Amino acid sequence: MKHVYFDYAATTPVDSRVKKAMLPYFSEKFGNTMSLHSFGQEAKLVLEKSRETVADLIRAKPEEIIFTGSATESNNLALKGIAFANQNKGHTRLHRYASPHRYASPQQIQRFWRAKRCGQVIISPIEHPCIIETAKWLQKQGFQITKLKVDKYGMVNPLALEKEIRKDTILVSVIHASNEIGTIQPIEKIGKICRNKGVYFHTDAVQSFGKIPIDVNKMNIDLLTASSHKMYGPKGAACLYIREGVRIEPILHGGGQERGLRSSTVNIPAIVGFAKACEICKKEMGKEAQRLIKLRDKLIRNVLKIKGSYLNGHPQKRLPNNANFRFDFIEGESIILRLDLLGIAVSTGSACSSIKLEPSSVLLATGLKPAEAHGSLRISLGRWTTEKEIDYLIKVLPGIINQLRKISPFKVIKSA
Amino acid sequence: MYSKKVMEHFQKPHNYGRMKNPDGVGCVGNPQCGDVMKLYIKVWKNKKGEEIIKDILFETFGCAAAISTSSVVTDLAKGKTLKEALKIDNKKIVESLGGLPLIKIHCSVLGADALKKAIQGYQSKKKDDK
Repeated sequence: MKHVYFDYAATTPVDSRVKKAMLPYFSEKFGNTMSLHSFGQEAKLVLEKSRETVADLIRAKPEEIIFTGSATESNNLALKGIAFANQNKGHTRLHRYASPHRYASPQQIQRFWRAKRCGQVIISPIEHPCIIETAKWLQKQGFQITKLKVDKYGMVNPLALEKEIRKDTILVSVIHASNEIGTIQPIEKIGKICRNKGVYFHTDAVQSFGKIPIDVNKMNIDLLTASSHKMYGPKGAACLYIREGVRIEPILHGGGQERGLRSSTVNIPAIVGFAKACEICKKEMGKEAQRLIKLRDKLIRNVLKIKGSYLNGHPQKRLPNNANFRFDFIEGESIILRLDLLGIAVSTGSACSSIKLEPSSVLLATGLKPAEAHGSLRISLGRWTTEKEIDYLIKVLPGIINQLRKISPFKVIKSA
Repeated sequence: MYSKKVMEHFQKPHNYGRMKNPDGVGCVGNPQCGDVMKLYIKVWKNKKGEEIIKDILFETFGCAAAISTSSVVTDLAKGKTLKEALKIDNKKIVESLGGLPLIKIHCSVLGADALKKAIQGYQSKKKDDK
């Protein structure tokens, strides 16, 4: 049986060049970056060199990069760290006290918390669960969360965003490219609006980092999340870019690593791998994107020949490696399992939501009905995807869709 | 994630399709939750004069668990008297499938409900005819 991997948006295999770069840092060069002896200094040196390489990919300064353990952690640090460091923005006089008076009666305490209004955080409705859940948690802490709307392609309207920004808006967080439908947001415009209004702008660039060019200065980005395992690096390494001068609080306190913003012993092997992966992406990005766009468009052209099939996300402004479809009358999971039986690995959406039963919130945000959102399929390509593999998928998919439609109780269109 | 038995039924479901002039139809679930199950039954009398499910077909929109549940329900109910068929519950279905993941147990409940509805549909139709 053939094995074909079409789920590069979930995770990627580690490139052999990356693995080779990492190997010495497990048993030979194992020092702790905080140690003063030569073992430690050797580790410190390679850490700083890695920081330069990662920063270089998004044209940041090395000291603006904070290494973390995962994109989820980076996003948590960005949202919580910014929200708490700037919670009084816009209403300083009203909230001189962070907590009620210690002799306050229960009624007074209740009144205090009810009156406490922390600033506003704006997010898009198509964020990854780690942003949405963090925002929900912040709401419980008293922050006001505003969810923007998106159009049918999953695109945020920068003008609508501008209207939502208030005096007490602390942060705007919009995903750079959707992990599910691949739509690339007008980040540069959004960044400009935020900059003009004096609001911090964070973008979750996990899916776009290393795949399309990013320039944090040109795009007016204040904070950016990127992850190693989505770009042929190892799992367990990620980073948060924090523009110089941005006010942020740590969420992990301890030994003071990473400028005190992320205390934890630094995971040198993973970070070395992350940096190597960035180096490779920088060199190969242009050519690789063109190759993937060609494959992606061939796939889209052919899958849309199936009757009752649609493309989710923007037809042009989408990631080079993402195609997301939906099919009338059938459910996504059954398509995935049928394809898996033929050795083809695809997904319905975010890997993190595959154990939940609800339809994708991203697809619902684009205006799809729940029944339509249930029938979606995400196919993500990568460095080792070949035209032959695309042809194989194109060959077997119509049959599977047909078979499943035969079982479905809904009206069946005659398939092409 | 799924048992061997589930995958077998999912790959080659038994008794699927639409029935012309069924005696009873049971439709449960809704597309919002991602599962819709439709069962069609044909009822005959056996030699003893008891009513039996002569033929049963299903149509299902849903995940692998929903499809395999439907398939196994048709297997379990086929040839049974209505009385026996009404006793088929979700436990029996899960058992015949060699287990279901916890979050998919509701599919087996749907299966049992669809069968019950189809039989009840037949019985009320019979009453109306009289």
